[in-house]
Amino acid sequence: MSEKPVEGERKVFMTGNEAVCWAALAAGAEIMYGYPITPQNEIMHYWTRNVPKFGKRFLQTEDELSAGFTTIGGVLAGRRAFTATAGPGNVLMQDPLAMAEAMRIPVVVVIQQRGGPSTATVIYSQQEVTLTCFGGNGEGLRLVYSTSSHQDLYDYTIKAFNTAWKYRFPTFVLADGYQAKMRESLTIYDPAVRGIDMVPTEPFLGKPGRIGEGRKAVHLRNTYNIEEELFEVLEHDIADYERVAPEIVEYDSFSAEDCDLLVVAHGVVFRSAAMAVRELASQGKKIGYFRPITLRPFPQEQFRAAVAKAKMLLVAESAYGQLLKIVQQNLYGSTVPIRAMLKPGVGITPEEISDECTAILAGNPAHAGCPLAGAGAGWAS
Amino acid sequence: MGRAVKIAMAGEGGQGVQSVAQILMDAAILEGKEALYIPNFGVEQRGGVTIAFVQIGDEKIGAPKFKIGDIVLALSDRAVRRTQMYVGPQTLFVYDSGIEGVEGDLPKNAKQVLAIPALEIANKKLLPRVFNILIMGAVIGATGVVTLDNAKQAIEMRLGYKFEKNPELRELNFKALQEGANLVAGMGGVIGEGIPVRSQ
Amino acid sequence: MELQPKMPKSWNLESKPHKFCPGCGHGMVLKALGQAIDELGIQDRVVFGCDIGCSLLSWDFFNVDTVQTHHGRTTPVLVGLKRANPDLIVVAYMGDGGGYAIGAQHLVNAANRNDRITAILCNNTNYAMTGGQMAPTTMPGQKTETTPYGRDIEEAGYPMLGPEMVAAITHEGAYVARGTVSKLRTLKGYLKKALENQIAGRGFSFVEALSTCPTNWRTNAEQTWAFLEDKMQGFFPVGELKVPAEAAGGASEG
Repeated sequence: MSEKPVEGERKVFMTGNEAVCWAALAAGAEIMYGYPITPQNEIMHYWTRNVPKFGKRFLQTEDELSAGFTTIGGVLAGRRAFTATAGPGNVLMQDPLAMAEAMRIPVVVVIQQRGGPSTATVIYSQQEVTLTCFGGNGEGLRLVYSTSSHQDLYDYTIKAFNTAWKYRFPTFVLADGYQAKMRESLTIYDPAVRGIDMVPTEPFLGKPGRIGEGRKAVHLRNTYNIEEELFEVLEHDIADYERVAPEIVEYDSFSAEDCDLLVVAHGVVFRSAAMAVRELASQGKKIGYFRPITLRPFPQEQFRAAVAKAKMLLVAESAYGQLLKIVQQNLYGSTVPIRAMLKPGVGITPEEISDECTAILAGNPAHAGCPLAGAGAGWAS
Repeated sequence: MGRAVKIAMAGEGGQGVQSVAQILMDAAILEGKEALYIPNFGVEQRGGVTIAFVQIGDEKIGAPKFKIGDIVLALSDRAVRRTQMYVGPQTLFVYDSGIEGVEGDLPKNAKQVLAIPALEIANKKLLPRVFNILIMGAVIGATGVVTLDNAKQAIEMRLGYKFEKNPELRELNFKALQEGANLVAGMGGVIGEGIPVRSQ
Repeated sequence: MELQPKMPKSWNLESKPHKFCPGCGHGMVLKALGQAIDELGIQDRVVFGCDIGCSLLSWDFFNVDTVQTHHGRTTPVLVGLKRANPDLIVVAYMGDGGGYAIGAQHLVNAANRNDRITAILCNNTNYAMTGGQMAPTTMPGQKTETTPYGRDIEEAGYPMLGPEMVAAITHEGAYVARGTVSKLRTLKGYLKKALENQIAGRGFSFVEALSTCPTNWRTNAEQTWAFLEDKMQGFFPVGELKVPAEAAGGASEG
């Protein structure tokens, strides 16, 4: 019954949701909890079909609150457990995710962003960045990978399990409805053939052994009596987070040293940015890009270095300033002017970015597209 | 932007638009090209216009959707109206000549507007069921994104199991493919390189 | 579009033909509801709320005030409305997920409080709009997108008997019934009694309507009806489960 879901490696052509499912299987994920919401449903469809063949488990819960809390339960039992959601489901999931953050429980969550706020569209956006990075009533001690291709989806879903279990923070694969539903090629592989060892899991609760005879009862809580108690716990977790951040951050950049214009984008918008920038660069323009792959922790050091010689930035996102405000926060003190292409809930094509870059490089500030970002993130100055 | 050909195909549910997109994708993969396909999707399970956005090229595809298509194909009156937004000055707009009441809705800003008697040919010369393969042939004829050989191989991969039971279907499908290619090329509706009308 | 002879007056003509799939039961339930609203003459006082799922397609279905809410939250929104303006006749319209899964806590609490609202729930044994996943009402052995090998009672539990649960926890004054689109006049009678119960201020009223979904059941017309009448009615008994003493005998059918 339990053969390996992915042997060796091979090129395939499938939707993003399917790629996520195969990555989870290849990573040795053992149990999925979930609740239907477009556009991530197919992750559950593919998972449930593979349950008997690979000896996996699944529970469809009554809602996303439950999906998040049951995933916590699965992780506490020592299983590689995960869930997936989107939009309003992501909103609901902040309750359990705050608990996971507080208690350092390594849940893995795949987010397929859709239009917001509220029900909006079932289709696409990049409007869940703030929610995924900083949701809940905490300090955003979360690890967030933003994917921009099916290969990313596969690679980072596998990596998410390792990152989560190694560093013990809730870990997210942040994608979107376009990635979920589109079909393109990728190479799926058994992590072992690429030298990737899966970080072992271990139970928090219900460890083997008899209480009193080498096993102590475990008492987990997320409640404290006085402010100082809480502060001490947070100080410790924040120190942990900041210590491991350099090991976790990932980014990609092109031609950032000494460019006239640096385009900053993440996720699927990055694809368009990369295409536009490379084309303009091949025409001799002094243009580059910076792509944060981890939105949390943000690759601040590398970003500041990339920006240091840039004369201007263009931030492009399918949201109204959610990436922009992270950019501004991480650039505090820099005086580089920032223009912003903010299109909440709609896709951004290479042509749009290219046109805007061309106008900016031609010194045409009257181009209506992208206002200069002022002190308030996202709102034209 | 890059060399990808941007194809939008739209029709009513059941006309086989998404199936054509899938097979085109398979053919592109066989051809060793970069390809990306995404269907439109919204809340309704049934009843809306169904659209397939297909991009095939030599470089990795940028955005999953595009604003303006190189070729836009509409197979119903609602599809004609719905796809106006994807038409630009360089777009080849193709629609089935059997669609009624759309003269006023046809794009005025396209490079070329072509009415092809796809359904008529499918009904009279072939079989109604291969209408969508004929459409696929038309797309290939107009754009040359894949060779007819690879298209046939892709059709075999997807529908081969049906051909096992009924070998005549294979010839029918391949004939539909060629008919579609001939149709468009013969009417001068070619963008990029297209394919030679007389292939194999 | 002109008012067809059979169309309820309280229907919104501009949104017809409606967006439900061919063979969907929603159209029938909403027709019965429309007739009930017409007969009771309450069009001006009605506020109709719909949930997420196929019920959301009814957001502009009626020529009455409507509000489309979040998944499972139609009940509390309408409870809030009713508490603030008791003159309104509020109808909370939802599917099996909105009432028995994510909205279960709200249904249970509104029922327990005897909130003077009318909740109408369409049971088609699956989550249709999202593509046919298991619902609380999916029956044993039934295949759905998340029970591809059939619902296993050991793993996923039993289908929820909603009206039975509501009837058990409600108090005097509540009206609870389960109807079916295959007996439309009877269903209309239940809906009318449910609304009358609210108008008279007696208590919580709840009607589950067994409904059809050929799209996700992948059934033709004949199979659809067989599934509804044989399988579903075998599992979900049709009838009135709770009728307030004052309402009994005042049958408003036909």
